Amino acid sequence: MQAKGFGGASSFRALPFLFGVAALLGLLPLLHSHGLQPNPMLASEPPHLYPPGVHGGKPGVVTSPPPENVQDTPPQYKQPSNQSKPTRKAFPVLGIDYTHVRTPFEISLWILLACLMKLGFHVIPSVSNIVPESCLLIVFTENLGTILIFAVVGTLWNAFFLGGLMYGVCQIKGTGLNEIGLLDNLLFGSIISAVDPVAVLAVFEEIHINELLHILVFGESLLNDAVTVVLYHLFEEFATFPRVTFTDILLGFLSFFVVSLGGVFVGVVYGVIAAFTSRFTSHIRVIEPLFVFLYSYMAYLSAELFHLSGIMALIASGVVMRPYVEANISHKSHTTIKYFLKMWSSISETLIFIFLGVSTVAGDHRWNWTFVISTLLFCLIARVLGVLGLTWFINKFRIVKLTPKDQFIIAYGGLRGAIAFSLGYLLDKSHSMREMFLTAIITVIFFTVFVQGMTIRPLVDLLAVKKKQETKRSINEEIHTQFLDHLLTGIEDICGHYGHHHWKDKLNRFNKKYVKKCLIAGERSKEPQLIAFYHKMEMKQAIELVESGGMGKIPSAVSTVSMQNINPKTLPVDRILPALSKDKEEEIRKILRNNLQKTRQRLRSYNRHTLVADPYEEAWNQMLLRRQKVRQLEQKMNNFLTVPAHRLDSPTISRARIGSDPLAYEPKSDSGNLPIITIDPASPQSPESVDLVNEELKEMKRFPPSPEEEEEEEGLVMRASKEPSSPGTDDVFTPGAGDSPSNQRMLRCLSDPGPRPDPEEGEPFIPKGN
Amino acid sequence: MGSFHSRSEEVQELADKTGFTSDQIEHLHRRFKQLSGDQPTIWNLRQAPGGLADEINFEDFLTIMSYFRPIEMDMDEEQLDRFRKEKLKFLFHMYDSDHDGKITLQEYRKVVEELLSGNPHLEKESARSIADGAMMEAASICVGQMEPDQVYEGITFEDFLKIWQGIDIETKMHVRFLNMETIPHCH
Repeated sequence: MQAKGFGGASSFRALPFLFGVAALLGLLPLLHSHGLQPNPMLASEPPHLYPPGVHGGKPGVVTSPPPENVQDTPPQYKQPSNQSKPTRKAFPVLGIDYTHVRTPFEISLWILLACLMKLGFHVIPSVSNIVPESCLLIVFTENLGTILIFAVVGTLWNAFFLGGLMYGVCQIKGTGLNEIGLLDNLLFGSIISAVDPVAVLAVFEEIHINELLHILVFGESLLNDAVTVVLYHLFEEFATFPRVTFTDILLGFLSFFVVSLGGVFVGVVYGVIAAFTSRFTSHIRVIEPLFVFLYSYMAYLSAELFHLSGIMALIASGVVMRPYVEANISHKSHTTIKYFLKMWSSISETLIFIFLGVSTVAGDHRWNWTFVISTLLFCLIARVLGVLGLTWFINKFRIVKLTPKDQFIIAYGGLRGAIAFSLGYLLDKSHSMREMFLTAIITVIFFTVFVQGMTIRPLVDLLAVKKKQETKRSINEEIHTQFLDHLLTGIEDICGHYGHHHWKDKLNRFNKKYVKKCLIAGERSKEPQLIAFYHKMEMKQAIELVESGGMGKIPSAVSTVSMQNINPKTLPVDRILPALSKDKEEEIRKILRNNLQKTRQRLRSYNRHTLVADPYEEAWNQMLLRRQKVRQLEQKMNNFLTVPAHRLDSPTISRARIGSDPLAYEPKSDSGNLPIITIDPASPQSPESVDLVNEELKEMKRFPPSPEEEEEEEGLVMRASKEPSSPGTDDVFTPGAGDSPSNQRMLRCLSDPGPRPDPEEGEPFIPKGN
Repeated sequence: MGSFHSRSEEVQELADKTGFTSDQIEHLHRRFKQLSGDQPTIWNLRQAPGGLADEINFEDFLTIMSYFRPIEMDMDEEQLDRFRKEKLKFLFHMYDSDHDGKITLQEYRKVVEELLSGNPHLEKESARSIADGAMMEAASICVGQMEPDQVYEGITFEDFLKIWQGIDIETKMHVRFLNMETIPHCH
């Protein structure tokens, strides 16, 4: 079993682990009986307790006699009755059979215990949003060179330095280690030198360090997997050779490239297949998460099949499939995947460390002071020297140099974890040094995780290392960054310099032209990045709005800056639309929310295979679209509203102006269904808006958009009709004249947004976007 | 200034002015000659009206390129700050097409439209609403809460600086000038 590939985003504190070990000590007897250790107690059970006939032939089941097992009638009863006559038991209405559920029961208990301890020591971590993760990826790609150098060269250096020094130590007479050869030591060195991604992730997540350092150490821990795999197998094989020739070494070197690039290749293949599959899942949304999980796991397994690097396959498949799958799957699937992965990673992490603890307590150990202490010492020294040397080399090529503080954190953050332990555990049982190696490995792991892991946080504070920026990316930043990218690509072109941006641009263009068309379904394949980003932001804001709507507070992201502030084209006197105060906004929001919730409740039964397009989600999309259009049309209205308060010909003229503006009425080609409020007129529970809508529908039917027609004054109305002939956009604010009736009507609407507006007024319902 | 007669003096002059080393200037000059086809100036390749100049000579070329110099290790705080401001000023001028010191909504819209112009399927609506949204955000960053009748004229340079605070422009806006290849690469 290789306990790899369990990257996760959950927090971990070493302290619960301490409690875990204590709990495990208490549970030790059970462990023994479970066969983790061959149990001498097995044979010692009095055989008459379990005569085969009584238990239907379950001789292998061994337990320390559970006290509440009432089915096991005391033996003295059983025996005589068994021998005398066939017993006749009453039908067991209620019984307890602990042995039946024992294994899953105990495992669940352990996991539960560990999770409870985590609860006790943590604040519930806040949900990370999409944006920081993409920032991490960008940082990752920009620093790829550095990360690779640390991962490959650093690990090699660690392994050889440690192995060599340990060999030197083993040669010293009097330590009892003389029989360990060079290859054994090198093997040990390669096992212990790998920085562990799980431990690193757990610790670094806690300390909220700046992204650069985080990704450097974490990236290194992920990418050194290839090196570790190769070295491990290399030395294991070499140990069996009578002598090691130069060609063997060369082949070993070659195999490194095969392993890492092969792993990446396998991952890319699976990633592309996954992206392609996700293109077609628009009708069966339920299985989307399953695809993602399965393809990723298959990538890992396929790589391991060929002795390639499983972790690199996993990473490559994730990186490749992510942009396309994210564009294709539904919001819910995305959430599911995110939370499922977090849950699994949490469980796996717990199990890994429990296993580690159990093996510590219950395993065979061979403690040799010299070996262990020198291992520990040399690990630290090797790490520090490696980081210092490599940074000196890397800084020649970096724009943003790594400061000594950074170097310290990188060195200090090189934690060993379960990978080292698993590799040691997998050693051939006949290997003479196995127990000693395991002991040393466990000691190093404990030391790095406990001591280094726990003290890194105060050290970070002490050294005042730059922390992670908590601010979200604003849309301004997005625009500017893209602008800068374009600019730099252009400049690089002028200079003839094939730099960073040039290749990035080429990749993007290739991506846009060919790849996106294949792998992304439908319309979204043509969406440029800025639009996608804007879309996401709007979605987030809309969700925030709803979630805070009930509490009546406006989210801080929304300021009172509105279109009027930045684009005032009207004289302030003539503005017909007063700005809504906070109360009004809240009322409107509440009404909106209530209606949307009601439609959601009406979702009828669905079978597992066809999930009806969620009206809630659709309603949100429509609300977003509406908000967008409201904004646009507001400004158009401001453009056209040059009407002072009392001019009489305004209705037709202004309608004519609006009517002639092609942009306002261009029916959107991509919205198949014209945006409407999904309010069911048949629903009896929402009289307020239902009546409004009904009224409006009736009114709309009498209102064709032809400018010449003399229409009665309608004031500000809202369209909710689906007529194709009518202007395609809803929420057209047909401006009335600034007449008192319409003004009054409007003001009345705004001043009385209560639950029972007068039906015959047909009061307009104005959801004002911010 | 097509041929360098008193080469070293002129090179030195330019080096002082723009901060390039003489190696870099030689490189750039070679590149300039390629682009301009051995003429003394490069013509406005865009063929669209509205550019400020129809042609630029080598000195202007160098001046523009100097904005993209990477930062050096030996700069102190003040120099870094000045460097950063220069780069941002350059960017600001690119946004502010009429050079009145403010980026108005129209100019911003134009920028976003151009950014998204590579995609023929895009409606102008989306570009506009993005620009509007960005402008509103900028207003709220720079001015905070605004009354309904206050008007936000446009993004001034100070506001621009505020918006860019989060982004590390010194590290992003640079080109490594010495690794250039003189490859014919004109569109």
